[in-house]
Amino acid sequence: MKAVIASSVAAASYGGLRLAHAQDRTGAVERLISLNVNGRTRRVDVLPQETLAHTLRYKLGLTGTKIGCNRGECGACTLLIADVPHYSCSTLTHSVKGRNVLTVEGLQTADGRLHPVQQAFIDELAPQCGFCTPGQVMSAVALLKVNPSPTREQARQALSGNLCRCGAYDHYLNGVMRAAGTRS
Amino acid sequence: MNDYRHIGKDFVPPDVLGKVTGKARYAEDFRADGMVYARVYTSPMAHGRVTRIDTSAVDEMDGLVGILTADDLPPVEAPNAPMLTNTPVYIGEPILAVAAVDEKVAEDAISRIRVHIEPLPFAVDPLDSLVEGGPDAREEGNVYVRSREGSGFRTVKWTREQIDEFRSGKEPTGEAVNEWSYGDLEKGFADAKVIIEESFVTTGYAHMSMEPRTAMAYWQNGTCYLYGSAQSQSFMIPGLASLLGVEQKNVILVSENTGGGFGSKIGAYPMMGLPAWFSKKLNRPVQLRITREQEYYVGSARVGFQGWIKVGFAADGRVTAADLFIVEDLGPNATGGDGSSAGGAVSIVYDPESMRYRGVPVLTNTTPRGAQRGPGQNQIAAVMPAIMDKAARQLNIDPLEIRKVNAAHNATTVEEDQGPVTSAYMKEALEMGAGMFDWQGKRSRPRRNGNKVIGIGIGQGYHSAGTSGFDGLVRITPDGKIHLHSGVGNLGTYSYASVTRSAAEVLKCDWNNCVIHHGNTEAHLPWSSYQAGSVTSFTQSRTNYVAAMDAVSKIREIAATTLGGAAADYDVADEKVFRIGNPAQSMTYAAVAQRAVEMGGPYSGETFPDDIHEVTQRAVQGLAGTGLIGVARDTLDQEGVVPGLAVAFVEIELDLETGKYDILDYVGIAECGTVVHPQGLAAQMKGGAVWGMGMASLERHVYDPQNGLPANVGYHQCGIPTYLDTPSEIRTGAVNLPDPQSPFGAKGIGEPAMGCSVAALTAAISDALDGHIFSRTPISADMILNHVAGGPQSFKPLQTNTY
Repeated sequence: MKAVIASSVAAASYGGLRLAHAQDRTGAVERLISLNVNGRTRRVDVLPQETLAHTLRYKLGLTGTKIGCNRGECGACTLLIADVPHYSCSTLTHSVKGRNVLTVEGLQTADGRLHPVQQAFIDELAPQCGFCTPGQVMSAVALLKVNPSPTREQARQALSGNLCRCGAYDHYLNGVMRAAGTRS
Repeated sequence: MNDYRHIGKDFVPPDVLGKVTGKARYAEDFRADGMVYARVYTSPMAHGRVTRIDTSAVDEMDGLVGILTADDLPPVEAPNAPMLTNTPVYIGEPILAVAAVDEKVAEDAISRIRVHIEPLPFAVDPLDSLVEGGPDAREEGNVYVRSREGSGFRTVKWTREQIDEFRSGKEPTGEAVNEWSYGDLEKGFADAKVIIEESFVTTGYAHMSMEPRTAMAYWQNGTCYLYGSAQSQSFMIPGLASLLGVEQKNVILVSENTGGGFGSKIGAYPMMGLPAWFSKKLNRPVQLRITREQEYYVGSARVGFQGWIKVGFAADGRVTAADLFIVEDLGPNATGGDGSSAGGAVSIVYDPESMRYRGVPVLTNTTPRGAQRGPGQNQIAAVMPAIMDKAARQLNIDPLEIRKVNAAHNATTVEEDQGPVTSAYMKEALEMGAGMFDWQGKRSRPRRNGNKVIGIGIGQGYHSAGTSGFDGLVRITPDGKIHLHSGVGNLGTYSYASVTRSAAEVLKCDWNNCVIHHGNTEAHLPWSSYQAGSVTSFTQSRTNYVAAMDAVSKIREIAATTLGGAAADYDVADEKVFRIGNPAQSMTYAAVAQRAVEMGGPYSGETFPDDIHEVTQRAVQGLAGTGLIGVARDTLDQEGVVPGLAVAFVEIELDLETGKYDILDYVGIAECGTVVHPQGLAAQMKGGAVWGMGMASLERHVYDPQNGLPANVGYHQCGIPTYLDTPSEIRTGAVNLPDPQSPFGAKGIGEPAMGCSVAALTAAISDALDGHIFSRTPISADMILNHVAGGPQSFKPLQTNTY
């Protein structure tokens, strides 16, 4: 087991040696787990208290998910778990074992085709600084999965858990409506 | 309308794709082999002196790599904020840092280290410090004076009676340390038919950029590689070199994307330097990830105002005199300037015939303050509209008309020296906005519906929006590609890209054949202006223009040398240089670039002009021999203030039972010269509108006066506007008249876009409440309810940094 963890550490992050050592103190929790991220199975060494945002960014190299507050306020870390939007800063990685996790990196097809939300956000110049954009994209994707033709007000409510300090809300909503085909 | 090929047309900035796919890299997304993680211990006291640091509990801690204290760093002259300190002047000021193999170990170490701090007196409200016997925020004094005659700390005190009089709304009689004036103020008030006098408060609040200011650094052969979050790019280099104690050539800044700045990341800042110094000590890469709470502490905030203003109006509404007094809440580290800038804004937006500004910048033990989107201009923008509207009511003038009577135009003179402006079309902006908004129609409609009441307001915003003297750099390579080197920072406005359209316009080339280089010193970037003060569009359009003009001159010379004749015989089009009158005699840009490489000298950058900045010199040296180089310093004529102007018209529906309001309509009009990038302009106007909505009713610092504790360090506590606080649609337009001192007529707009918004909202709230003037931002729902109920407010007059 320790050898497996060590090899995972080598591939994952510099801090892993410390994490492996910490297992002695954390008892019986299985730390080497399988995650389904963007359709791929990823084996990763996860501390019991570790958040999904941390695992993705620091161990799986998926830095598209941003940490703006790390306390469930801003939505920059939004991703989908079984198609439902979640704040990954407030989700324990161990809680998503066996469930499909979709991050912003998983939207583009293998041949480079963008998700309609991504293309619409480009067309509407929705992002400004862009730090909140992955979260906005994921909330919009989640909305359109359950409501392919939202009203602008429904889109506003659905994205209201995503802050944008640049104040690009209007352009993001334009993007959602364009992706839904109700704006051209 | 112009017939430009690129200017005024939308395009897709190359970084947008990365933003929607998650591939865009911000400072925290970079890693380096052997990188360790730093965390900072921050002061729990508003003001104190560190007497002992006890690290014994972590001496043997597994995974801890090192500790950095203020004693490891060069001293910093106050009031400049140090990287680490032994005399903290606000809660949250970093005292020491640790580095460890992961963040958990680093945080564990921080929790075990014991720092002993001797408390010192503190103040969280400037008037509490300004009053005789009141505490000073720093041992050096309670006021920082910045003036041409000399800058420094002072201790300034007013008598209790003077403070009480100020609080009661009377003209302050205490000492002012900054003062300027023009015209005959006494005559101006004597000529006035109506005089309005108000005291006011605009509470400071945090920048709260989405991206916490993480930085990562390492050293190689004496050069520091710094991955940071910066508004500016090339402009950061001299400051970083100074911060790191190295020559400019030994700083490489990588800042491909920046998650917002709004004035808080203009130049080198302490938390960017800290990992670099730590890396030097540890001899390994160090990343300092700043938490949201720490971003509140070290991420800067708007200067607060406690002020008094008296404005005189002639019968036709013309402003005859304005007398302004501002006590600035500087926090512990700022050096002032917002107050005087507010005065400057009054001088142009309302164009008083006579004016005086007086101010006292007072230090407080709150978070460090700095420039924030319209620093000074936007605080006073919030104050003035209700005064204008009160005068309009007394003079029986339409609020639109009183603004038009005083509107800035091309002959308006501004600020203390009453100098010229490059162009100003405020009246045209007001008329355009009034038409889009249907001002007259909305004015005549019923306002009351049960407990709901409609309010409408007009706001005006201003910021100087351009400077000169920076460098431009373009390059054409033998493969025919046109390389536009932009030293402009990428803070989310897309101006790093839109200004290069000026070069493409001059070079008459296809945009798809252009490559923008930015975001990394090693991309060979020219010396460029700061990305602040709304200067980029004007300033860097000029630099791109002069660099491209230099390239075109060289292209013609190469054609003459190669094909015969004189350079003047040639012109360029469609990425070719051709002989005028005989277009068949031509060379492609690709062929010209190849010839430039063969000819060398200035053509390929082996030599370059003497007057370009050393940052540009190094960029050219790095590119020499790779193609045709166009490089020049902007020495085009530039005289006068470059005014970026904006107006907003707002309609709100205010609920008298909850004190809350909905924004029913918002129209923002930009007066920013020629529109360069329509989508980008709309984004700035709308983003600025949202910022104004935050300032008007939501955002403020709150400090406990007993212990100096901040009450709102998170996003929602700070009151950052959300989707639900803002209208889902914001309408914008632009006057689109060119500025004569910008090659394609562009001026900046980022800051006026906000000022007009906060102004229109405060006016609309006042309008909804029969002209009641709160003279305070933010205007909270509680304040509105207290007013409607006829009860007292929860704060004493002029109290600040409170609920």
